[in-house]
Amino acid sequence: MVATVRELNIIESKEKSMSAKTLYDKLWDAHLVRQNDDGSCLIYIDRQLVHEVTSPQAFEGLRLAGRKPWRVDANLATPDHNVPTTGQSAGVAGIVDPVSKIQVETLDANCDFFGITEFKMNDIRQGIVHVVGPEQGATLPGMTVVCGDSHTSTHGALGALAHGIGTSEVEHVMATQCLIQKKSKNMLIKVNGQVGPGVTAKDIVLAIIGKIGTAGGTGYAIEFGGEAIMALSIEGRMTVCNMAIEAGARSGVVAVDDKTVDYVKGRPYAPTAGQWDAAVAAWRDLHSDADARFDAVVELNGAEIEPQVTWGTSPEMVVAVGGSVPDPAAETDLVKRTGMEKALVYMGLKANTPIEEISIDKVFIGSCTNSRIEDMRAAAAVAQGRKVAANVKLAMVVPGSGLVKKQAEEEGLDKIFIAAGFEWREPGCSMCLAMNADRLEPGERCASTSNRNFEGRQGQGGRTHLVSPAMAAAAAVMGHFVDIRTLG
Amino acid sequence: MEKFVTLNGLVAPIDRPNVDTDAIIPKQFLKSIKRSGFGPNLFDEWRYLDHGEPGMDNSRRPLNTEFVLNQPRYQGAQVLLGRENFGCGSSREHAPWALEDYGFRAIIAPSFADIFYNNCFKNGLLPIVLDAAVVDALFNACADTEGYRLTVDLSKQQVVTATGETFAFEIDGFRQHCLLNGLDDIGLTMQHVDDIKAYESKRRVSTPWLFN
Ligand code: SF4
Repeated sequence: MVATVRELNIIESKEKSMSAKTLYDKLWDAHLVRQNDDGSCLIYIDRQLVHEVTSPQAFEGLRLAGRKPWRVDANLATPDHNVPTTGQSAGVAGIVDPVSKIQVETLDANCDFFGITEFKMNDIRQGIVHVVGPEQGATLPGMTVVCGDSHTSTHGALGALAHGIGTSEVEHVMATQCLIQKKSKNMLIKVNGQVGPGVTAKDIVLAIIGKIGTAGGTGYAIEFGGEAIMALSIEGRMTVCNMAIEAGARSGVVAVDDKTVDYVKGRPYAPTAGQWDAAVAAWRDLHSDADARFDAVVELNGAEIEPQVTWGTSPEMVVAVGGSVPDPAAETDLVKRTGMEKALVYMGLKANTPIEEISIDKVFIGSCTNSRIEDMRAAAAVAQGRKVAANVKLAMVVPGSGLVKKQAEEEGLDKIFIAAGFEWREPGCSMCLAMNADRLEPGERCASTSNRNFEGRQGQGGRTHLVSPAMAAAAAVMGHFVDIRTLG
Repeated sequence: MEKFVTLNGLVAPIDRPNVDTDAIIPKQFLKSIKRSGFGPNLFDEWRYLDHGEPGMDNSRRPLNTEFVLNQPRYQGAQVLLGRENFGCGSSREHAPWALEDYGFRAIIAPSFADIFYNNCFKNGLLPIVLDAAVVDALFNACADTEGYRLTVDLSKQQVVTATGETFAFEIDGFRQHCLLNGLDDIGLTMQHVDDIKAYESKRRVSTPWLFN
C-alpha cells in the first residue's frame, strides 16, 4: 500500500552551496515583502482568480470593514462551480436552482461594485478558473497566483507559485495584495525516462499519488521534473500540477522552458511588444539551479507507469488498469486497513476484482484536471467511429471554457462525440463536484477525468473512479474499464 | 474572531483517516453566501439518512444513529479527535465554519491538510497535532470512558487529560498570538502598508508586465 515519503527512495541531498536555489526558493524570494520575527512572512500576490463559491463572504468582509481591493487589476473573476452545462446563452437567468442563481448573481454584483473584471456566464471566455487563467495569459511564469480553490496548484505548470487559499485569505489578498505565509519545504518529484504510448499526464500524477500518498506532500512545495514531465505539453503539466494538492502539497511547479514561453505568447493578458523580451529574459531563470538542495526527492521511472484507475475513496487508492482491487486483509496498518474496508463498502467492490471487470454507469470527461483542448482530442480519438456502450446511461463531455469549446467545435470534435453517443455540454465544473444539476445518483459508478473520488463528491452515494480522458472514453465505449493500449 | 485561551471540553472521535472537507460540509451547502449557519449540516452525509439540501428543516430529517455525533454520549462535544490527514481536499473555509458553528473549538489529529489547518486559525478553531501513538491512546481512552473530556491550554501548548497526563503540542508563534488575542489578520498586515508599497514600486519597475 501507500508508503510515506520518508520510507521511499528519497535522497536526502548534500549541503547546497549558499547561492543555489530551487525554483520555489526563487519564486518565494522574489515575492517576499517582509519577514516578521516570529518567522511568518508577507508574500506579495500578483494575481487572484475569483469564483462564486468562495468569494461572497470575502466581499462582504471588505464591505463591512469599508475596505476596497488593493489592486483591482490583479483580480479576475468567472463563475464556474454552479453554472449549468446546458442553456448557458440565457446567462444567469437560465440557472434553475434558485440558491445557485443567487450565488452567481452575487459574484456579478460584487465584481460590478468593486470594478473587478469578470467573464460572466454568457461571455465566451467564461469557464473553470484554472482553465481560464492560463488560457488568457492571466497566469504568467514567475507570478504568485492564488484563488479560493485548492486546485490553484494547476497554474504552477507555467512556472508560477500558485496555491489555493480559504475565504478569509481571499479577503486578505483583496485588501492587502499580500498573504501571510510560512515557507514550505522543497520536494522534487522526478519522473525519469519516457512513458509508454497511451500513458498520459493523468496517469503520471495518479501514479505519483499512489506512491507518496495523499499526505505525502503535506508541508512541501513540489517541483515536478525529469524527462517525462518536461516532455509533456503545458496542458499535460497543468494536469500534473492540478493534482499536487491531492498529494497534500499546496503548490506544484514545473520549470519554464521553450514550451512555456510559446504557450504564453500572444495570449490576451500576456506582455506585448516592448515588455515581451524583458519578460522572457526574466522567465529563463525560472528553474532550479543545478546544485539546489531539496528536502526530499522522489523518483519514478516513466517506463514503469501504466494507465491508472482509482478503486477507492481517496486518490491514493489507485492501481494500474491491469491490476485488481487490493485486499485490505493484506494491509498491516490498522488505520489504513479500516480505511480500505470502508472504501470498498462505499464503492460496492470486492477485493481482488480485476479492474477491467468493473462496469460503469456514467462517464464524465471534464474538470480543471482534464478539460483542455488536448484532453478533448484524446477522448475524441477514442470515441471516433465507436459507440457508447448500452449499459452506460450517460457519457458527458464538458469543455473547460467557452474558448476550449469553440476550438473543439472548429476541429469537429463535438460531432465525433455526438455521433458516438456522448453529450457535448457547455463549460463549467459540472459533475466534478456536482454543485449544478450534473450528478451521480446513489450507487451509480462513474469513470471520471476529475481529481477527487471522495465519498459523495459527484453526488451522494455516487462512486467515482479517476482516470485519464482516453481511459474514460474507452470505458464509455466498452461499458467497463479497459486498458487503452489494447483498444487498438 | 473569538479568542482561544483554554478549553475543557467533551471529546468526540471520528475514527477514519483522510476525512475530507467534502465530508465535513457537502458541496450543496456551499451555495450559501453567508459565513454562519453551517453547523446543522456538518458531516451531513454521515449524519442523516436522507439527502440534505439547503433550506431543509434539519430537525425533521432521519438521523443515522450509528454516526458518532448522533450518539447521546457525545452531545455538546467541543473537541474533535481525528486521524491522519484530517481536512484534506477542497479549500472551502465552510469546513471550519461548520465545525465551529456546530460547537467544536479544537481538533486533535496526527496530521492535517495544509489549507484546512490554516483556515482553522482564521476562525478561532485550534488544530492540534499530536503523535499518532498519543492520538491512538486518546481514541482508546475516549471509547472506554463515557463523558471523556480533555483540557486544551493554548498558552502552555498542552493537552491535559482528566488524570493529569500532559501532552505538549507545537504551534507557530504568530498563529498562537492571533488566536490568544482574537486578532484579525488584515488589521495586522495593514500595519505594514509602507513595506507593501515599497515592494510594489520596486516591482513596477523591474517587472512592469505584472502590473498591466
Ligand atoms: S473543476 Fe472541480 S476541482 Fe476544478 S475548480 Fe471546479 S470543482 Fe474544483
